Amino acid sequence: MDFSFTVENQEIRRTVREFAEREIAPRVLHFDEKQEFPRAIFRSLAELGLLGILFPPEYDGAGLSYVDYVTVLEGLARVDGSIALSVAAHNSLCSNHIYKFGTEEQKERYLKPLARGEFIGAWSLTEPTAGSDASGTKTQAKREGDNWVLNGSKTFATHGSVCDVAVVFAVSDRQAGKKGISAFIIAKNTEGFRAGKKENKLGMRASETSELIMDDCRVPAEALLGQEGQGFVNALQILDGGRISIAALAVGMAQGCLHHSLSYARQREQFNRPIAQFQAVQFMLADMATRAEAARWLTYRAASLKDQDQDVGCAAAMAKLYSGEIAVQAANVAVQIHGGYGFTKDYPVEKFYRDVKLCTIGEGTSEIQRLVIARSLIGRRSAG
Amino acid sequence: MKIIVFIKQVPDTATKIVLAPDGKSLDETNVNFVINPYDEFALEEALQIKDRDPLTQVTVISLGVERAQNALRSALAMGADGAVLLKDEALLGSDAGATARVLVAALKDVSFDLLLFGKQGVGLDQGQVDIRVAEALGLPHAGVVVKLEIDGGRAVAEREIEGAHEIMNFALPAVVTAQKGLNEPRYASLKGIMAAKKKPIEIRDCAALGLRADQVGESGSLTRIKKLSLPPARKEGHKIEGDPASQAKELIRLLREEAKAL
Repeated sequence: MDFSFTVENQEIRRTVREFAEREIAPRVLHFDEKQEFPRAIFRSLAELGLLGILFPPEYDGAGLSYVDYVTVLEGLARVDGSIALSVAAHNSLCSNHIYKFGTEEQKERYLKPLARGEFIGAWSLTEPTAGSDASGTKTQAKREGDNWVLNGSKTFATHGSVCDVAVVFAVSDRQAGKKGISAFIIAKNTEGFRAGKKENKLGMRASETSELIMDDCRVPAEALLGQEGQGFVNALQILDGGRISIAALAVGMAQGCLHHSLSYARQREQFNRPIAQFQAVQFMLADMATRAEAARWLTYRAASLKDQDQDVGCAAAMAKLYSGEIAVQAANVAVQIHGGYGFTKDYPVEKFYRDVKLCTIGEGTSEIQRLVIARSLIGRRSAG
Repeated sequence: MKIIVFIKQVPDTATKIVLAPDGKSLDETNVNFVINPYDEFALEEALQIKDRDPLTQVTVISLGVERAQNALRSALAMGADGAVLLKDEALLGSDAGATARVLVAALKDVSFDLLLFGKQGVGLDQGQVDIRVAEALGLPHAGVVVKLEIDGGRAVAEREIEGAHEIMNFALPAVVTAQKGLNEPRYASLKGIMAAKKKPIEIRDCAALGLRADQVGESGSLTRIKKLSLPPARKEGHKIEGDPASQAKELIRLLREEAKAL
C-alpha cells in the first residue's frame, strides 16, 4: 500500500494551483456576479492541455490518468468550483462519451477539437420529466431515410448555449424502455437545434447551464453515437466516471473552505487573541480537515480503480456521496468561523457555501448514490 | 545558441515567515518553495528565444538542497532542455561570493552564449551572485533588464536605472539579469510536464565540480549569518486633523520631534 503521487502528478498539482490562484482567483467574483462563462480562462486552460486531459495524444489529448484528472479538478475547485465543473463536464462527459463510444470518424471530427479546447462540449441527459428517472425521457429520435429527426428539449445542460458540440439522448424506440434510448452528436448551428432558457443559479454561476431545444432537428445517420438503443446504458458508464469528477470538485471545495478558514482563524482576533486559539474553532477546523482527507482518499481510490479498468460503480458512488456531503458541511462551518464576514461577498467562503450544494445534486443526487451503494451491497434484485 | 539560466528555489513570497529555533534560519514547515520570481522571468526569456529559434538549448542550473529538484523539474516542464543541481552538504551556508565560485566552477568546460539570472533572489535580496560570476569570467553584465534583443553575436538590453532606462549594446557571451516587466512567464502545460519526465536532472557535488570543501559553504564565505530577526511590528498610523495650515505645522513638529527626520 502506497499513498504517494508520482513526481509528474505533484508537478501538475503545483501548476494547476498556481494557475488557479493567479489567473482565476482575482476574477471569481466577477464571473459569479455576472453569471459569465469565462471564455478567456478557457482558452488558457486549453493551452495548458486541461481540456483534453484523459485522451491519448493521437486524439490531441494529454493522455493522463484519472488520478491526474482528479488532481486537476481538485486544484481548480479549491479556487473556483464552477470553472472546475465546466472542465469536468467538457472532459469526462461530452468528450469522454465520444472517446469511449464514438467511431474513428466522430473522434477525428469532434474529439480532437474538443481535446484541443477549440470546441466546448455539452452532454445532456436530463429533461423536465426525466432526472433521476431516465425512463421519463420524452425527446424523440425518428429515423427518416438517411437521417434522424429529433424533437424535444433538455434541461440543465452544462454549456447549453456556449457549446460547439453536444451529446444528447433521445428515445429511438419507444417500446424498448431504457434499451430504446440512443445518443446523438449535434453540432451547433444545426437547423432546429438551439439553446433555450439560461438558468439563473444559486451557485456554480460561471459554469453556464441552459435548456437545449430540438425542433425537427435533422441530423445524418453518422450523428448516432454508439449503438442504437445503447445510449442510456453507455450514459450510466460515463456517469460512473462523472461521479468521480463531482467528488473531486467537492474535495477541492472542502479544501478551499479549510484553507480560507485556517487563514481567517489565524488572523482574526477576539478577546485579544486569534480565534484559532479557541478550542471551539480548533475542533471545527480539525473535523473539517479530517473529513476532507477522508473524502480525498475515497475519491483517489475510485480514480485509481478506474485507471486499472476495474468496476467503479460503488466506489465512485461512495466517493461522490461522502465528498459532496462533507463539502456542504465544510462550507457551512467555514461561514460559521468567518461569522458576519462569512455572510458577505468580501470573503470567498460565501461563494463556496452556494457553489458546493451542486455536489449533492448533480450527476446523481446523494440519494441516488445511496441506492447505487445499497444495490451493490444487497444485490440489485433483493434491494428492489 | 546555448543559454544557461540560474534559478534559485525560495519561499513563496506569500509565505508567512517563521524563524527556526536556531535564530539563523527559517522554519520550513508549511513553507511552499517556488522558483525565485525574477528567475522565472529569466527562464521565460530564454524559452522565448528558444521559441523563435528552436535550435537554442536552454539549461537550468540551481545550487540547492534536494527539494530544489522540484524547481528544476518545473523549469523542465516549462520547456528547458536540461537541468543541473549543484548539491553537497559542504555547500550549505555559502554566501554570495562562495555561491558565485560554485557557479563559475559549474561553467567550466561548458560552452554558452548567454547566462541569465533573476535580478535578485527573493529572501536575502543581495543581487550579487550574477555580478560576481560576470566579473570572474570577464563577461559583459547587463542588470535589471526589461527588454532584451539578441542579434547574432550581439545583444541590446534595455535596463532600468534610477529615473530612466539605459540601452546597452554588448557582445555575447554575456550575463543578463531579469527584472519584472521583461515578460510574462508561462505555465507548464500537461504536455510539458509529461515531456519533462524524460529529461534527466544531473546532480553534481563538490568533487565533481573540482572544489575543495574549504572553498565553499561557511568556511569559503566572507560573510556569515549570525542572527535573523523579524521586522518590528509597524506602529499604527497617525492621522493629522485640522485645516491645511495647522496640519502642515503639526507635520513639521512630528517630523522634527518624533521621527527626528528633520
